[in-house]
Amino acid sequence: MNSELEGTIRSRPVYGTLEPREGSGHLMVADGEGAGAIVDLVAGAGAGAADMLARTQIIYIPGPNGTDQSDRLRALNAWSFFRANDYATAQPRLRKVLGDAHMGLQIYLSGTEGLIGQAQRDAIEAGLPHSAVQTEFRGSTVRRVQCVHCKGITENVRTDPFKCSHCGLNLFVRDHYSRRHAAFQGVNIDAEDPGHVPPAVERFK
Amino acid sequence: MGLDFFKQETFRDDYTFRNSPEAIRRFPFPFAEDSYMYSVNMEPHVAGPKGSVFEHMFDVDEHYLSEMRDRAMVLRDDPLRCQSLPHMTLAGWDLLELIMESKARDYPDWFELHKTGNRWTWINRPMEIEQTFTFLNESTLPHGPMEYITRQTQGDFTLQDQRDNNLWIDAGMVTTQADWSLDFDIGMGFHEWHAPVPHAHQMGVFDRALKFLLKLQLGAPVRRFNWTMTVDPILDTSPETYPKWGPSKATLTLDNIGHRQHLRVELQSLHRLPRSNAIAFPIRAYLIKFEELVTMPKWARRLHRVVRDVHPDLATYKGFLRNRDLMVQYLSQFDDGKPTSPGWWPEPE
Repeated sequence: MNSELEGTIRSRPVYGTLEPREGSGHLMVADGEGAGAIVDLVAGAGAGAADMLARTQIIYIPGPNGTDQSDRLRALNAWSFFRANDYATAQPRLRKVLGDAHMGLQIYLSGTEGLIGQAQRDAIEAGLPHSAVQTEFRGSTVRRVQCVHCKGITENVRTDPFKCSHCGLNLFVRDHYSRRHAAFQGVNIDAEDPGHVPPAVERFK
Repeated sequence: MGLDFFKQETFRDDYTFRNSPEAIRRFPFPFAEDSYMYSVNMEPHVAGPKGSVFEHMFDVDEHYLSEMRDRAMVLRDDPLRCQSLPHMTLAGWDLLELIMESKARDYPDWFELHKTGNRWTWINRPMEIEQTFTFLNESTLPHGPMEYITRQTQGDFTLQDQRDNNLWIDAGMVTTQADWSLDFDIGMGFHEWHAPVPHAHQMGVFDRALKFLLKLQLGAPVRRFNWTMTVDPILDTSPETYPKWGPSKATLTLDNIGHRQHLRVELQSLHRLPRSNAIAFPIRAYLIKFEELVTMPKWARRLHRVVRDVHPDLATYKGFLRNRDLMVQYLSQFDDGKPTSPGWWPEPE
C-alpha cells in the first residue's frame, strides 16, 4: 500500500501492485507515472512477456502533473497502443474495448486515483467482474472531487479548501469516496460562517 | 380519528411546525440513561403501547400531510433525492406492499387496500388519493413503486440489496436526512456508506451490525434510535442544501435556543423483504423543540447530562459542537441534579 494514501476511511479505495495473470487478452490503462507500473508488470511476466504483449491493448494519458511517458509504453510494442490527452478523449475507445471484451479479459489500471477510479467505474458498468480488475497507484495525489451542492466535478484538486470550478463555493475535501462518481466529496467550508474561509493548504501534489 | 387530526404547518420559511401536547408525550426520546455512546442497540420492532410511536409498523402522526408536502417540494427542486438502481425495482414493489398492507391494517379509517388478483386499489384518504394499479407492473403507477409509496409515507427510506455477504445501498427516498447524500452514497457497501462516522468502526459496531443484519428474517423487523441536533424545524438538512441551512447555527442565543433548537430523533427500523430478499430501512425523523422537551422533567435532566458529557468527536460529527455550551447552559436550568429512572419513557411529577 502507498504510504502517501494512508490513514483514511473505509469508503476510500485501496490499491495493490499489478501482477501478470493468465487471460484471453489484456487491457492496460494508465496515466502519468502509471506507465512505470505497466513496464514493471510486463517485466514481471518474464518469458511470457512476448505472448502477453501480443494480446495487449494499452491506453495512456499524460498525468495531471504533466508527466508523459508515452515513449516507454510505445516501446513495449504491444498489439495496440493509444495515447489521449485526457480521460474524456480516451473514454469512448475504452468503452468500446470493454463492450467487446471476451470472457477472461484481464484489466490493469495504474496511475492517479482519478484515472483508476473512472476506468474501474467504466469496467464495472460494462459488466466486467471486480475480480478481473487490478489497480496500482502511482504518481500525483491530486483528487477528483464532486461538489455535493451543484454536483459539478472539479478535476486535479491540489488544495484544501478549494473553489468549486462550477458553482464557485469554497469546498473542503472529505476522504469520503464514491466509486459510482469516481470522486471524493467536496462540502462548503464556510456555510455556517459565510466568508470565513481558512487559507488553502496544498494537500495533494 | 378524523382527518382534522392532521396539522397544516411548514418546515421552511416561516417554520410553523410545532408539537401538540399529545405529540410531546409520545415523542420517542432516545436516551435510556444519562450518557450516550454508539452501540448496535437493536431490538425487535414489535408493537408497543397504544398511542406510542411503536403502536404500529409505520407511525402516522399529526405532521403527516405537512411532511408529505415538504417532501414533494424537495423532490421538485432536486429529483436526485429519490433514486433506484435498475435491479431494485422488485424491492420497491416489496416495500410498497409492506407499507400498503400495514397502513390499511393499522389505520383503516385513513387507508384501504383492495385486491382482486394482481389488480389492487389503494385509497389514501388524508392525501385524497385513490389509485387502481397492477401489482408488479410499473407502467400502471405514476412513479416507480418505491417513489410512489414513499411520497405517501413519513420518513426516509433506503433499500439494501444483499449479495457477496454485504449490504449495498442501491435505492432510496431521502429528503429528511441528517446531512448525508443519497446521490453520493448510492451503490456503496455497508462499511463504505458508514465510513465518515467517527469511533464506531474501531469499536466494531459496523462489523457486528452487518453480521446481524445479513441474518435478518422475514417477518421479524428490528429497530434502533439515532439522534442529532437541528436548528429550526428543518426536515431537509441535506449536504446538498447545507449553504441554505448552515448559517442558522450561528444565530442561536440563550433567548431563542428553547424555541429554535430541536432534538432530532430517528426511529430506524429494518425489514427483510419477501421477493427481492433486500432489506428496507425506514429512517423516520421526529423533531422536538427544546422548550417542548423540557416540559418533561426527566427528559430535561437527562438531555442536559447527555449533551454536557458527549464525546466532542460525536458532537462534531453530529454538527452541534459550536452550540454545545449554549445548549448545556439552557438545559442546566431544568436539571436539579435529581436521579433519573432507567428507560426513556417520560414520567409525570
